[in-house]
Amino acid sequence: MLELSGLTLYFHKGSINEVRALSDVNLTIHEGDFITVIGSNGAGKSTLLSALAGSYAPHSGSVTMRGQDITRWPEHKRARFMGRVFQDPLRGTCASLSIAQNMALALRRGKWRGLTRGVTAADRRLFAAEVKKIGLGLESRLDDRIGLLSGGQRQALTLLMATMVRPDLLLLDEHTAALDPKTANQTLLLTEHLVTSQSLTTLMVTHNMNQAIKLGNRLIMLHQGEIILDVAGKAKEELTVNDLLAQFYKVKGEEFSSDKMLLT
Amino acid sequence: MTFFALMGALEQGLVYGIMVLGVYLTFRILDFPDLTVDGSLPLGAAVSAVCITQGMHPALSLLAAMAAGFLAGALTGLLNTKLGILHLLASILTMTALYSVNIRIMGGPNVSLLGVDTVLDPLMRTGLPGYYASPLLFAVLAAAVILALIWFLYTEMGQAMLATGDNRQMITSQGVDTHKVIILGVGLSNALVALAGGLIAQNQGAADVNMGVGTIVAGLASVIVGETVFGNRSLPRAVVAAVVGSIIYRVAIALALGLKIGSFSFTPSDLNLITALLVVVALTAPRLKKRFGKC
Ligand SMILES: Nc1ncnc2c1ncn2[C@@H]1O[C@H](COP(=O)(O)OP(=O)(O)OP(=O)(O)O)[C@@H](O)[C@H]1O
Ligand SMILES: [Mg+2]
Repeated sequence: MLELSGLTLYFHKGSINEVRALSDVNLTIHEGDFITVIGSNGAGKSTLLSALAGSYAPHSGSVTMRGQDITRWPEHKRARFMGRVFQDPLRGTCASLSIAQNMALALRRGKWRGLTRGVTAADRRLFAAEVKKIGLGLESRLDDRIGLLSGGQRQALTLLMATMVRPDLLLLDEHTAALDPKTANQTLLLTEHLVTSQSLTTLMVTHNMNQAIKLGNRLIMLHQGEIILDVAGKAKEELTVNDLLAQFYKVKGEEFSSDKMLLT
Repeated sequence: MTFFALMGALEQGLVYGIMVLGVYLTFRILDFPDLTVDGSLPLGAAVSAVCITQGMHPALSLLAAMAAGFLAGALTGLLNTKLGILHLLASILTMTALYSVNIRIMGGPNVSLLGVDTVLDPLMRTGLPGYYASPLLFAVLAAAVILALIWFLYTEMGQAMLATGDNRQMITSQGVDTHKVIILGVGLSNALVALAGGLIAQNQGAADVNMGVGTIVAGLASVIVGETVFGNRSLPRAVVAAVVGSIIYRVAIALALGLKIGSFSFTPSDLNLITALLVVVALTAPRLKKRFGKC
């Protein structure tokens, strides 16, 4: 469905701070894939999602969606078929607008916005029903400003908003990392429910190896901007944390003990 | 303060209130500090005055003024979004260019409207004295702009504009081209400012290239005073507060100008100094309140 070929992306190219964040990445995402993405800090996971979403233009390589070259498409145009949840819970919603207003903005993702009402009565009925799904009791607070909610509540809403209009591709960037363990777990369950019930094609970045193994049908590992591991199907099911660690030592060698992030 | 001085301040507060609504749109809604207004206010005045002297209906000339103001604002938006020039600098560039453009439009530094019909004349002909006619007309127009702006901000497009000022990443991920929103928003803001400029020219009987000096500071002062006095708990309230702030600001200026301490008194040329001080006080008041509230 979506294909990255030879994608290379630099930050601060040509300066002494030059970083090669993605390095000749080739990846084919199939319809219905639920891919978990792991790798140490700075491996290029967020950059990979941003390159898919169109936040940064690559220096070489191409992005093809259903046969159409979308490499030069700006972010807002790609948003038509992408839903996205950020690592930072504050980035996915507008603090000064109400829950209903935020949801209405998401309900019109990729559609023309004209001079009709921003939030209609029908919208509100739909939102009340949708918000019930996340079970946080927000259905009675549709007119509260989002800024009044906690990070976990905001992240759950962002997830809901990203999937309200069915995305062809769902991008989740460590979307539970900033939450407390209990909320993180709830958000993860909601993620699993939304993704499997609508069979959404999904890329989910996580630092949690157990999660990465348990969820999804495919796993990729990034290291220094390259995909160093890509397992799917049966091989993925048989994968253990030890296999992943072994793979990890192989590329990182002696740095093993310093990288505790991967062991959680 | 005399009754006439009060009516005068009210009239000024209302007509400049339309300008303040424009400043509110950029400064508060879009989070885009826009100095174009110092040039688009006289632009509106110039376009309206020249159109009238060329025989256009005074009401239609206001539409022409708004169109010109829109283009000026859109230009600032384009410089910022498409050329990547910092918003403040982009607006200073447009403002500076408008000084020359305004003189071109007027064929000189000013145009007189003495002896020609303005939008105020039909009202005066009913026998209403001038000190009632202009505040009345401006009140109706300001109310209409307030209602239109509130209505707009609750439309799909208006909501996208609010979101653009609040969280650009969020609204981009919802498929909105924020460049377009900014160009449109800054354009609309300057259309309102130019409308105010056209009305002011018609009211005072002349357009002058220097009449825009200090517009942005007066606009900011009014927005902040309005928020402090009238509040901004809901969107409609914040919009109304902009005009309320404008009225309070003009009354305060009138009071200051009438002040006499011994042989000292303020002159109209001190206005910009007073306004700048007022903005500093209004901007720091919340912080001072917090500090003194603690001890
Ligand atoms: N906006 C940016 N400007 C400059 N350099 C950046 C930017 N974003 C990322 N980088 C650099 O690109 C590399 C990859 O970063 P990226 O954020 O993709 O890592 P990550 O795998 O998501 O890491 P983490 O697990 O810490 O979130 C890093 O070296 C980082 O410093
Ligand atoms: Mg990251």
